[in-house]
Amino acid sequence: MSATTITSSASSSASRFAPALLSVFFGLLIVGFTGFSPMEAAHNAAHDARHANAFPCH
Amino acid sequence: MSLFRSLVFTSVLVGLIAGTAVTLAQFLGTTPLILAAEVFETGGADEGHSHDAGAATEGHDQASTAAATTAEADDHHHDPEAWAPADGFERNAYTFAANVLTAIGFALVINGLMQISGKESDWRHGLIWGLCGFVVFMLAPGFGLHPELPGTPAAPLFERQVWWIGTAAATAAGLGLLFFQRKPWAAALAIVLIALPHIIGAPVPPEGEHALAPEAMSHRFVVVATMTSLFFWALLGALSGYFRRRFEA
Repeated sequence: MSATTITSSASSSASRFAPALLSVFFGLLIVGFTGFSPMEAAHNAAHDARHANAFPCH
Repeated sequence: MSLFRSLVFTSVLVGLIAGTAVTLAQFLGTTPLILAAEVFETGGADEGHSHDAGAATEGHDQASTAAATTAEADDHHHDPEAWAPADGFERNAYTFAANVLTAIGFALVINGLMQISGKESDWRHGLIWGLCGFVVFMLAPGFGLHPELPGTPAAPLFERQVWWIGTAAATAAGLGLLFFQRKPWAAALAIVLIALPHIIGAPVPPEGEHALAPEAMSHRFVVVATMTSLFFWALLGALSGYFRRRFEA
């Protein structure tokens, strides 16, 4: 009984780990684009947001 | 709903709400200070800063033309040919979009991490995650590289970006160790990780350069930006904790 519980919770935690990690990865990608993209147009569009969020700017 | 979809759904919803709220807060708090500082930066309305050039014209096509024609007079290191939103509605709309995108990104990060940590979530639990986000992404990097008004002298951008990202990563690792490893060595390592970027020190601006805006204004900007960010992270965290639990079922 307890062994089954442990196995099932272990496998469910493994299947939950990958999507959660993917979510973190995509999140960092988006923040990297809005806050750090060196593209001039992206910088200008996000200019005020970058200053207010204390991302290094200019 | 699959887990990834529910994480994305929660993050987009949270990002829309927190991004909208923080845009309103910035509109009242930081944006007026940024606009006021740009007047010092350009040294008058007739010189061509790419952001201000649009003020006298309408639409960004004219704005970019105006910016291009005054390019000679502009010693600001932005590329004056580059597109920039026109001042007023268009500029605020892009700030709004950038805030919402950033908020969705941060929400994806903390929802994913909350999921990995495996604890059940509610708004209070989310609030603590949000406050950790505030420490990692605002307080710690801002300690060495405080939020800056346009026209503030600074070290090369790339060096500052590297230090900023390194500081956020070290602080996040430190907090993670503190929360998830209940061993004395972990706590000691955590303190070292959190302190290390500040011992190394943030890249310093070149000597002899002065901020263009008055110091009182810069100080005000640091305080307002930090408080706006506290509000943003508290909201982002609490909403994430609340909605993640609701959409999990």
